[in-house]
Amino acid sequence: MVSGDVVGDVVGDVVGATLTRDPRAVAETVTDPELPMLTLADLGVLRDVRTADDGTVVVTITPTYSGCPAMGVMRADLVHALHRAGFADVDVRTVLSPPWSTDWISQDGRRKLTEGGIAPPGDAPVRAAGPVPLDLGPTRRTAVCPLCGSPDTEELSEFSGTACKALRRCRSCREPFEHVKEI
Amino acid sequence: MAHEETVYDALDHAHGGEGQWAFGTGFDDPLAGVDTTIPEGVDAADLGAYSLMLGDDALVLCQRLTEWTTRAPELEEEVAIANCGLDLLGQARLLLARAGAAGVLGRSRQTATDSIPDEDALAYFRDADEFRNHHLVEVDGGDYAQTLVRLLVASAHRLALFVRLRESRDPVLSAIAAKGVPELTYHRDHAARWVLRLGDGTEQSHRRAQAGVDAVWPLLADLSTATDVETRLVATGVAVDPADVREEVRDVLTMVLERATLTVPEWPADRPSPGRAGEHTDEMGPLLATLQGLAREHPAATW
Repeated sequence: MVSGDVVGDVVGDVVGATLTRDPRAVAETVTDPELPMLTLADLGVLRDVRTADDGTVVVTITPTYSGCPAMGVMRADLVHALHRAGFADVDVRTVLSPPWSTDWISQDGRRKLTEGGIAPPGDAPVRAAGPVPLDLGPTRRTAVCPLCGSPDTEELSEFSGTACKALRRCRSCREPFEHVKEI
Repeated sequence: MAHEETVYDALDHAHGGEGQWAFGTGFDDPLAGVDTTIPEGVDAADLGAYSLMLGDDALVLCQRLTEWTTRAPELEEEVAIANCGLDLLGQARLLLARAGAAGVLGRSRQTATDSIPDEDALAYFRDADEFRNHHLVEVDGGDYAQTLVRLLVASAHRLALFVRLRESRDPVLSAIAAKGVPELTYHRDHAARWVLRLGDGTEQSHRRAQAGVDAVWPLLADLSTATDVETRLVATGVAVDPADVREEVRDVLTMVLERATLTVPEWPADRPSPGRAGEHTDEMGPLLATLQGLAREHPAATW
């Protein structure tokens, strides 16, 4: 949401109050516990921030994977950041639908991943309705080495230190690196 | 409310403020904030029972997969199998929480004096005869080849179910299924590539993969017959009839095995699933002892 238009219609000290007490701006500073170079907003797991009639800040987040163990920490980080910014009542809710996909990672987030040594995902696979076709060939994912920029990289394992990443190696500089898998 | 200074303080505060917060304690409700109202015309007891079936399949297979942690043949495979298990654990948590919200424990979430969350009560404090998983996921996994054959069969079946379950009239089940589809696609394709590699590999890897297939195949008998609960929920648009995915699963498995130069055994005759009725193999007891031992020994422990 762009708050500028809304704020522009408001006058006097309400403008100041709105700007300094915008819970969305606070929530958008919170970073992911496992990819600390990204904010939850960059990652696309921060779905909504709004203020209820009773003043409670209601934050909605969505898990990346069903078993993402970081949800509890994300929740606590959001509550912590909003408390520090002066919002006493915070309610962090989960939403499962529509399911998160790597397409929700922002362009800014992709740049930060590369700078952090992690290859960003390509486009998420588009799947038609009906049965999911079996894929028996070598994985077709490609990734550019985030360290030297070479496109000549190979997959070592489809799974890495977290469920959302694969492990790859650069054939040019020989360095291993992680790649956020497209889902 | 206090303004906590650190994230640790915030976590600790959120879980009672006794300075004992750690990973593994006080998990949040995975359905926090999700509307778990039972859709109109749907029987809550049936919806809960169905959620348990799907949740138990995931929980028990996760337990079998994580048995490979520290023991897998390659580090990369250990991580892969643990990650598949983690996805399944996530699905299990959501489904057991859904079952709890539908009232399978016979207590109200709002007024429960018992501090143990529904998902924990269901995972740790039920006996074997209260579990509703198929035998396919509970039997001992054998060697690594057999583990991957079982994972292939279980994920091919579950993926086919979840693709259809995305259309469920229960928005919670629909959302859980939609979330699970890409995860299960990874599991199935990963297992299939390994079955190819082993089947079409060395004499030894072929022999062991075939032995895995031969051991797992009879368990397919349980997967295609709907329970009464499923039949009623199919009629109200909530559940998927497992008979509807039979051909798709058979096609996928046949394609993989043929490409892997493995012999496809004769498909077993369908029978009602004993596991769905709470009848389990002798291997279920030791599995649950490992899964539940700590929680039962120290029901209110924090660490």
